[in-house]
Amino acid sequence: MNKVLMQGNKIIGEAAVRAGCRFYAGYPITPQNEIPEYMSERLRQVEGGVFVQSESEIAAIHMVVGASAAGARSMTSSSSPGISLKQEGISSLAACELPAVIVNMMRGGPGLGNICPSQGDYFQATRGGGHGDYRVIVLGPDSAQELADLTMDAFDLADRYRTPVMILADGMMGQMMEPVVFKEPKPRDYPENFVMKGAGSGKSKIIRGLILDPLEMEEHNWTLQRKYQVIAQRETRHELYKTDDAEMVIVAYGTAARIAEGAIKRLRETGLRVGLFRPITLWPFPTNELRDLAKKIQDFLVFEMSAGQMVEDVRLAIQGKARIGFHGRPGGVVPTPVELANVVMRHYDPKEGIIDPLA
Amino acid sequence: MKKVFGRPKSMKSNIFHYCAGCGHSLAHRLIAEVIDELDIRGITIGVPPAGCAVLAYNYFDVDMIEAQHGRGPATATGIKRALPDRVVFSYQGDGDLAAIGIAESFHAANRGENITVIFMNNAVYGMTGGQMAPTSMLGQKTTTSPAGRKNVLDGYPIQISEIFAQLPGTSYIERCTVNSPASILKAKKAIRKAFQYQIDGLGFSMIEILSPCPTNWKMTPIDSCRWIDEVMTKQFPLGVIKDIPAEAAKARKEGGQKP
Repeated sequence: MNKVLMQGNKIIGEAAVRAGCRFYAGYPITPQNEIPEYMSERLRQVEGGVFVQSESEIAAIHMVVGASAAGARSMTSSSSPGISLKQEGISSLAACELPAVIVNMMRGGPGLGNICPSQGDYFQATRGGGHGDYRVIVLGPDSAQELADLTMDAFDLADRYRTPVMILADGMMGQMMEPVVFKEPKPRDYPENFVMKGAGSGKSKIIRGLILDPLEMEEHNWTLQRKYQVIAQRETRHELYKTDDAEMVIVAYGTAARIAEGAIKRLRETGLRVGLFRPITLWPFPTNELRDLAKKIQDFLVFEMSAGQMVEDVRLAIQGKARIGFHGRPGGVVPTPVELANVVMRHYDPKEGIIDPLA
Repeated sequence: MKKVFGRPKSMKSNIFHYCAGCGHSLAHRLIAEVIDELDIRGITIGVPPAGCAVLAYNYFDVDMIEAQHGRGPATATGIKRALPDRVVFSYQGDGDLAAIGIAESFHAANRGENITVIFMNNAVYGMTGGQMAPTSMLGQKTTTSPAGRKNVLDGYPIQISEIFAQLPGTSYIERCTVNSPASILKAKKAIRKAFQYQIDGLGFSMIEILSPCPTNWKMTPIDSCRWIDEVMTKQFPLGVIKDIPAEAAKARKEGGQKP
């Protein structure tokens, strides 16, 4: 397929439909309105496509629960306050082991916050988000191309592990336009016997997360945890940028990683050897990969569009083996590469090296 | 010897956990009998609520998926839209439908989702121990209205069936009870008709059942049945509230619904 110029939100919609998504329910909220708009038109064009503009985010996620149980590749999308509302259903999807894709185009918070790009929902996304012991696979794209690729991958991951998968991006990723090439989707591989479609002449099926016996409930929890371990072993993804000769490494994801790349180009022009470690899966977090990097790098700077959330995972990964600084802008502020470069330059001299450790 | 009474095929052999005199077991049985009679066991998918009937899947021998509290009609919407040729029903109590899930229920009705809702109204929260429901009577003493429900503090008993009947997407709404053999037979007829309307593609159908809750009403089962007649039906009159098969069929045909 040829390269096309598309807006981030629409890319997600197109990638979803190409990946076989046939059910979308959602409630409009800025900055992701183009997703429901795109899906309302696109799902009209494909056989078996269903679009429902739900009465609320809560209803949308529970429609997704039903459609997923009934065998449809299903998706919903929202932005921060709406994602808070969806947590009840995301917890259900995890408990009932149902696949679904949830898109969060994060905006500034807490509360109603604003509609500017932010990364303040990292904790909510990577810790499960709703009630109970569960995790959601969280993917953090940093380009239009990755929005397309990871959206398609999200459906495959959701099916493979029968678990909800979240695309965690922000208003910047959703609103900007970039060239993109849609890859060929893989054929769906989802066993028929997981689908609820009526008992036919056979045994009836129950899909539930209610397990009143605590020992049985514990066993179900361990089953989920074993699955999460497998996911962590097999599906962790990250990307390195100019880390081979680096003396300092910035850790950032999504839009913040793009800003960091711009900063690194500037810093390298002045002779500072700075690289980037970019987690692509935010859960599972690339803990071991970052820990390995800390064997040769002594200075890390975590950069987030939040007051500091992923920095906790970085600390857990590095375990005190290297210095970790933090620079963050919460509330919907998008810092420039120059700002980030200046932060690094205050602490790092090309001749002297690290003159003022960040941590 | 001829067998004259047996367990419906759509019902499992598990023993009901419901209290003595409760209406849930009666309603369950009626639904199962209707599913048998319409021969739709293999294509029926049920959505039980949170509340006393949360374990309904232990009794119905049809495919069932749990819903979080109040979300049954949203989950049912997802199932029905993905599998339009299946028969989908949601079974909800008064807290589930009229309080926490009022938005999901109201909008499923307004969209005219082609599903059937069985609405169990017992004027009290059963499973959690007898707290006030949106359908509790004025003056009714519950564990959270110890001085009796007061209009200025607690609002009024909500007449869900009358409200939903005003929505053009609903085709058939009837309020029944299960406090006597005659009323049970009538309720079964209504449930059967509601499922039939769904099979005929007529949109949202709902049967409200005034259901006795002796445990939380702190009455004997017999007094509970009497209380339905003497008190509940004054607030919630029995009978057909809406029944517009021809109009519904026309509207849905004009709306482009596939036959």
